[in-house]
Amino acid sequence: MSSEPAATPSAVDPEPNHTARFAVLWVVVTVIAIPLVIWVIGPLIGAGNGSDQSAAQGTDYTVLAVTATPVLTLVMLFLLYSVIFFRQPKGQMLEGPAVRGHARVQATWIIVTSIMVLGVAVFGTVRLESADGAGSGSGPNPLTVPKGSKLPVQVIAQQWLFTYRYPTYGGVETTELVLPANQEVEFHVTSLDVIHDFWAYKLGVKADANPGVDNVAFVKPTKLENFTVRCAELCGIWHGYMSNAGKVVTPAAFETWIHHEQTRLAPATKVLPKYSTTYLPEPTRRGE
Amino acid sequence: MSTTSAAAAAPQPIRAPAWRRLIGFNLLTAVILGVGGYYLGWWIGHLINGPSFEYESATDENDVALLLGYVFGVIGFLVGLGFANYPISRLLGRPASLREKESGGIGRYFGLCTDHKVVGIQYLVGIGVFFFVGGVNAMLIRAELLHPVPTLVGPNQYLSLVGMHGTMMMGMMTSGILGPFANYFVPLMIGARRMAFPRIEALTFWLLMAAGFILVSTIFFGGFPTGWTGYEPLNDEAVMGMDSYIVFFALVGLSMAMLGLNMMATIITMRAPGLTWSRLPIFVWSVFATAVLMVLAAPMLIATLAMAALDRTIDTSFFITGGGGSSYLFENLFWFFGHPEVYILALPGFGIVLELIPVFTRKPLWGYRLAVSGMLGVSLLSFFVWQHHLFVSGINADLRPFYMLSTEIISVPTGFIFLCVMGTLWRSRISFSVPMLFCLAWVFNFLIGGLSGVVLSDVPTDTGLHGSFFVMAHFHYTIMGGLIFSFFAGIYYWVPKMLGVRFNEMLSKAHFWLMFIAFNSTFLPLFVLGIKGMPRRVSTYEPSLQGLNVWVSISAFVLGFSMLIFIYNVIYSLVFVRKPAEANPWHSKSLEWQVPTPVPVNNFEQIPVIDHDPYDYGTPVALGGGGSQPAPAGA
Repeated sequence: MSSEPAATPSAVDPEPNHTARFAVLWVVVTVIAIPLVIWVIGPLIGAGNGSDQSAAQGTDYTVLAVTATPVLTLVMLFLLYSVIFFRQPKGQMLEGPAVRGHARVQATWIIVTSIMVLGVAVFGTVRLESADGAGSGSGPNPLTVPKGSKLPVQVIAQQWLFTYRYPTYGGVETTELVLPANQEVEFHVTSLDVIHDFWAYKLGVKADANPGVDNVAFVKPTKLENFTVRCAELCGIWHGYMSNAGKVVTPAAFETWIHHEQTRLAPATKVLPKYSTTYLPEPTRRGE
Repeated sequence: MSTTSAAAAAPQPIRAPAWRRLIGFNLLTAVILGVGGYYLGWWIGHLINGPSFEYESATDENDVALLLGYVFGVIGFLVGLGFANYPISRLLGRPASLREKESGGIGRYFGLCTDHKVVGIQYLVGIGVFFFVGGVNAMLIRAELLHPVPTLVGPNQYLSLVGMHGTMMMGMMTSGILGPFANYFVPLMIGARRMAFPRIEALTFWLLMAAGFILVSTIFFGGFPTGWTGYEPLNDEAVMGMDSYIVFFALVGLSMAMLGLNMMATIITMRAPGLTWSRLPIFVWSVFATAVLMVLAAPMLIATLAMAALDRTIDTSFFITGGGGSSYLFENLFWFFGHPEVYILALPGFGIVLELIPVFTRKPLWGYRLAVSGMLGVSLLSFFVWQHHLFVSGINADLRPFYMLSTEIISVPTGFIFLCVMGTLWRSRISFSVPMLFCLAWVFNFLIGGLSGVVLSDVPTDTGLHGSFFVMAHFHYTIMGGLIFSFFAGIYYWVPKMLGVRFNEMLSKAHFWLMFIAFNSTFLPLFVLGIKGMPRRVSTYEPSLQGLNVWVSISAFVLGFSMLIFIYNVIYSLVFVRKPAEANPWHSKSLEWQVPTPVPVNNFEQIPVIDHDPYDYGTPVALGGGGSQPAPAGA
């Protein structure tokens, strides 16, 4: 309110050098903001470091937030600066300068934004195709597969629960997801009815469960912890309740648990359909 | 038919008695024929799909009957309004009449009228009503989310509320700006006396109204559980309420395609002499870019929903895996429409903001060509990004880098719009009128919406955020923060011309500030909730997230309250006080403000000849502000 420079006598008084003032303001604020984004906001976003994938996603969030910061500060400060300094004096009807463009500014803007966007896209692609980005559902034949031995676990979604089959342990099907720590896990996500989505938030894994589709995602849990699995794709009235518990345990504890489950569930395993990457579902129709 | 032609022929000195005027093609007949058509369809449906059929015997539901009921109901409604008269009389060899019911009083607003100004106001009110219905749904959703466990409504009602809110907003608001403002102002801005296809123009409005009622009627048939995306095979499993969704969206698609076609034809063929493409107001350019999207995207939606309806009624298997179809097919087809759809929502907002900012900054639009290429670029690119909605679905996983790139490239043309806004604001003379406040808020909101979109376009981070509240916050920032804010900017800017009355300044400002603050207070925390892992469309969530959810809900109620201030303002200013507006209160140089305020039926006595663009503001550089008043009449 107080600062109304160059109101009427703008023809006489040279206006302050707005360009230089704004540039300094923007640089200063951005230089202050970027470390804050890296060290204060960055660690807060993301799902923690329950797995290699989750930790990598945390880094990606930070990189993208840092990239966005100069843009955010530029436009927001510009808005603020304009609103403060470029006001119409009260009760007057002054015209602004009739400038219709500035070729160099426009060209610079196009080049800079294009470079930023290409940079973000290249970064995203590199991260996606590295093992760190493998937590997303990547279809039946993922382009990049993490190296090393993998524990296959099948996630079977149906209205409204998840079950898990361990094909290397006789195809035993459990209602609880237990994973060994520091072991690459290969999820095969499929559905028996509608589209669901297997979301282990703390592990940074998300993969749609489509009927008749084998959707593969990889994760390497690193922390011994309990986690929740939720459905993240609207799948009917009990969608909100479609969640269950999982935990990451030491490899030894995992072996004990799975062998115990194998014996306990042996009668059930015998009548289960043979392990398969998909179970072609019956058409789901009403009234059946 | 004889009654209408007689009425149109000449003003009759002796008026028929009141009851006599009820007979004829009007809204009453339309409602009667609509209801009649509905029951006819219902009856035929039961003949076709009798009780022996497995569905009905098991579930007491008959999709064939309901779908036919809706289709016949809509046809009856349109015939009742008089849409069949013209084609039939042409078939009988009668002479063509160019327009219908363009003179007359308030009655014009309640029937088929081919005056684009009447249609514009019909759209504004009609869409406003359904916007309110969608808003009430949002309030109920937020009321439910006050508690981490369901308290207010059951899970089925909750999903129906979510679905109705989303579908209503995405369906009705696609025409939120094109319906009222483009129909009203595009002919005025391009110096035309009417739209290219006035009857089609009226038809788009009445189709949309029929669609709106059909969507609301879903509550009588059990609602629908799929949200606005209607994913298969859940769609196929759902109860009869799903058919309301299908018919609603198909009618919206039809209305959208015709609206777009009409706009394109009008803008291409009916510009005044001298109004070259490079002198076209930027709002008209945005309408053009949107119209292209509508024409190309909406037919895809109609086809997809027709397949869904066939799956539901006669057991085809387009989307049923067990029968040889694919759930991916629906996702692909839907988003091939759905992503252009969100730009159909956003682009007219770009146009309004760029159109208004020069008026309130007294500067020419900075970077006109850049703005145009930005809009056309967004419009073109929006057809190449749809699979970013399916990053974790496993579909075409190897193509994800391409969709990541194309999605991120869209931010380049969107950035042009920001640059043009910033260039225009620089060293300008901003007057903070209410429309300008909404435009500035648009910049603020859309920037947040756009930047959060970049995080979602990156596959590794999208893995954490897909299907979470982060997505919800993102698209509310772009659609509510973008479309709805520019929609209100348009209302405050143009309604003085449309209705000839002024809004109360204080109430308008109160509305703006409350809406702006409550909007951000509602949707900023949703980003946090999303990052903390709260999924969309659930009525149960982790108890630890309750605090933030309560905050969001209360902000949402304040946001809803701000809409009540707006409604109060409308009733107070436009109905009771009725302070007449000046012909050009904003001293705009655009053509639509140069016509007298109750705009004459023919718009222009003489078609103007245009020799410059409408942004002839500002004083030549280096001379400084001279306080020159703008000339009262341009052109």
